[in-house]
Amino acid sequence: MTDMPIPGTARPTPARRSSLIEVDPRTRRRNAAEKRFRTYGAVAIGIAVVALAVLLATIIRDGSGAFRQTYLSIPVTLDAERLDPKGNRDVAEMSSVLTLAYGQVLDTALDQAVSGMDLQIQGLTEDDIDGLISREASAQLRSRVLDNPELIGQTVDVNVLVNGRIDGYFKGRVTMASAERDSNISPQQLMLADALAERDLLVTRFNREFITNPDASDQRPEAAGLGVAILGSLYMMLVVLVLSVPIGVAASIYLEEFAPKNRLTDIIEVNIANLAAVPSIVFGILGLAVFINFAGLPQSAPIVGGLVLTLMTLPTIIISTRAALKAVPPSIRDAALGVGASKMQSVFHHVLPLAMPGILTGTIIGLAQALGETAPLLLIGMVAFVREFPAGPPEGLFDPASALPVQIYNWTQRSDPAFVERASGAIIILLIFLLCMNLLAIYLRRKFERRW
Amino acid sequence: MKTIGLTATALSVIALSASAAAARDQVQIAGSSTVLPYSTIVAELFGENTDFATPVVESGGSSTGLRRFCEGVGENTIDIANASRAIRDSEIEECAANGVEEIIEVRIGYDGIVFANLADSNSFEFTPSDWFNALSAKVVRDGEIVDNTAANWSEVNPDLPDQEILAFVPGTRHGTREVFEEKVMLQGCEDTGALEVFTAQMGEDEAEAACMTLRTDGRSVDIDGDYTETLARINSSPNGIGVFGLSFYENNTDTLQVASMSGVTPSTETIASGEYPVSRPLFMYVKKAHIGEIPGVKEFAEFFVSDQIAGPDGPLAEYGLVADPELAATQQMVANEETMQ
Repeated sequence: MTDMPIPGTARPTPARRSSLIEVDPRTRRRNAAEKRFRTYGAVAIGIAVVALAVLLATIIRDGSGAFRQTYLSIPVTLDAERLDPKGNRDVAEMSSVLTLAYGQVLDTALDQAVSGMDLQIQGLTEDDIDGLISREASAQLRSRVLDNPELIGQTVDVNVLVNGRIDGYFKGRVTMASAERDSNISPQQLMLADALAERDLLVTRFNREFITNPDASDQRPEAAGLGVAILGSLYMMLVVLVLSVPIGVAASIYLEEFAPKNRLTDIIEVNIANLAAVPSIVFGILGLAVFINFAGLPQSAPIVGGLVLTLMTLPTIIISTRAALKAVPPSIRDAALGVGASKMQSVFHHVLPLAMPGILTGTIIGLAQALGETAPLLLIGMVAFVREFPAGPPEGLFDPASALPVQIYNWTQRSDPAFVERASGAIIILLIFLLCMNLLAIYLRRKFERRW
Repeated sequence: MKTIGLTATALSVIALSASAAAARDQVQIAGSSTVLPYSTIVAELFGENTDFATPVVESGGSSTGLRRFCEGVGENTIDIANASRAIRDSEIEECAANGVEEIIEVRIGYDGIVFANLADSNSFEFTPSDWFNALSAKVVRDGEIVDNTAANWSEVNPDLPDQEILAFVPGTRHGTREVFEEKVMLQGCEDTGALEVFTAQMGEDEAEAACMTLRTDGRSVDIDGDYTETLARINSSPNGIGVFGLSFYENNTDTLQVASMSGVTPSTETIASGEYPVSRPLFMYVKKAHIGEIPGVKEFAEFFVSDQIAGPDGPLAEYGLVADPELAATQQMVANEETMQ
């Protein structure tokens, strides 16, 4: 009360001049500081957005070509003398004819088609013409004939892949100037391709095979697809889901709701947090030692990949599940216990259902993380060239398979430039998968989330 | 309760694995990344043209492949190791210690190592001496051993273009590095007479090691990845010269130009005739104990070295492999399952 102004006396100091119109220096400084901070924030967001945009634009620019492919359709006479020299139409005998012979049959057909067109291309040799067709084509024709031996002797219309360089020409990757220097393609071949495209024999259309075909060797980038990789990833996610969700959820429920709080559980808690930060390659080394060398599981198999990724995902799932359980208010437990429910009943009938959206979100994010993981798979032999599709589960889990991120890694190492496009295309597919999983997580959280 | 049920299912899946693992019906191959493309090409053709499953081919490097090959005999070990160098005695011993006693050595052909830069820059005609004088850590000047300070190719050899020295060489875990050191650096060391000076000062073994030690002041850059990385590095620094395999160059002739070595331009012909000096044999090591146990092992090896695949007109030669002039002997050896002594 002592500092109250004594009535009647003049104020010792004049009231601080504060005007709404004129800002004093201190306020100005504070306002400037705030403005600066906002600018920093906007710049940071700007950089992030630009980086993301550049990344996505590059990937889409490089990868969109993978979803389109050039095909050639010509009539082919299936010469009986070449394809079934003994004439018995016996599949066993016919399978001794190698793809080489089918390649010759295709070459003859294309040579005839081209010579019937009366083209004026200087210096176009027969080898140039034959080089147009992908090597995959003869294998496709062979398996088609072996499935239907009665086709022999007939003239059938075939729709085959063309060489990767020709395909690159229609996508702008190969130009006349680069063909001049390229030992694998000549400008004459590009001119021929133009002529064929004019007559609608060469068509670039949607490439469904990119999703369904298995991997192909360096000589046939045009035939390489993601089929085995997608299936392998799917199998691994299946194993991860089946193993990590029950184990992870059970562990979290026990730790959160039942376990006594003592030094032992503290240690376990710290270790789980640490495990989440362990580099994934360490899990790969562990997987090699335990699952392959000790347990004797086969190499390159999705089951081993799935087990390793399970170990990697478990900490993520446990941490998010515990967070979800913690977020359920104690009043729910108290109310359940209050009306006579047992501890277990209160957990399973009341707490767990309420924590479910959080658990689901954590699980899906963990799975998405596992889907994009490459490093641990390196060590267990999944970074491999696999062309055979694995069988259906459960046996298929033990067959060799590849995985999506591994396929991308593999393709970036190939020497043929056409694989750059394939790798970017595979990245697009992987991103779509990840996006779908994250959207699902957001949707589930929105739909089932309860606020207290 | 559901959770417990699921866990039980999961555990039974693991238990089942031991029995299911007992049937492998495809050949498994691992090893050199140089041999990998050839191996995949043959694997693909093998799967298409026979009733056997397409073999699974892994990369990882010659040493990794041979180590896994030597882990033992059985379903869980690989059947064939690819290598861009011959198996070492220490590896044969390790193999024997683990029960892999019978190994069939299959030489599949030769690979050339080429020096290339971007197609629209200066072209080069090298000799091993140029490379030694440009990249060795120590060189001889006026009879004295001094640190290498050459900054330009024209400083090393007046006939070379006036271009900054920047070389991308394979890292030490590559088999290619060994060949580069022996056939280029050591050769250049001998040709320039530096080897004699080194030997006089530090003894024979030390001298050879000194010949093959590359400078570390940033003029020579080790590439631990594969050729695609080397190509990317050259694209970003156009003065760089990279060390590539012949097949990689053949697939990228639109962006790369190759340098000649001692006056010889590398090609499958000059390498096969032995004129081009920097080449090496490529090998495939087959576990004899797996023949008959794993379906297709011997058939795959025979298919690989058959004339229509590994011969001079086959798909491998087209990709860049230099066909072995003594292929017939190799075919005979595989057919008879002759093992190494």
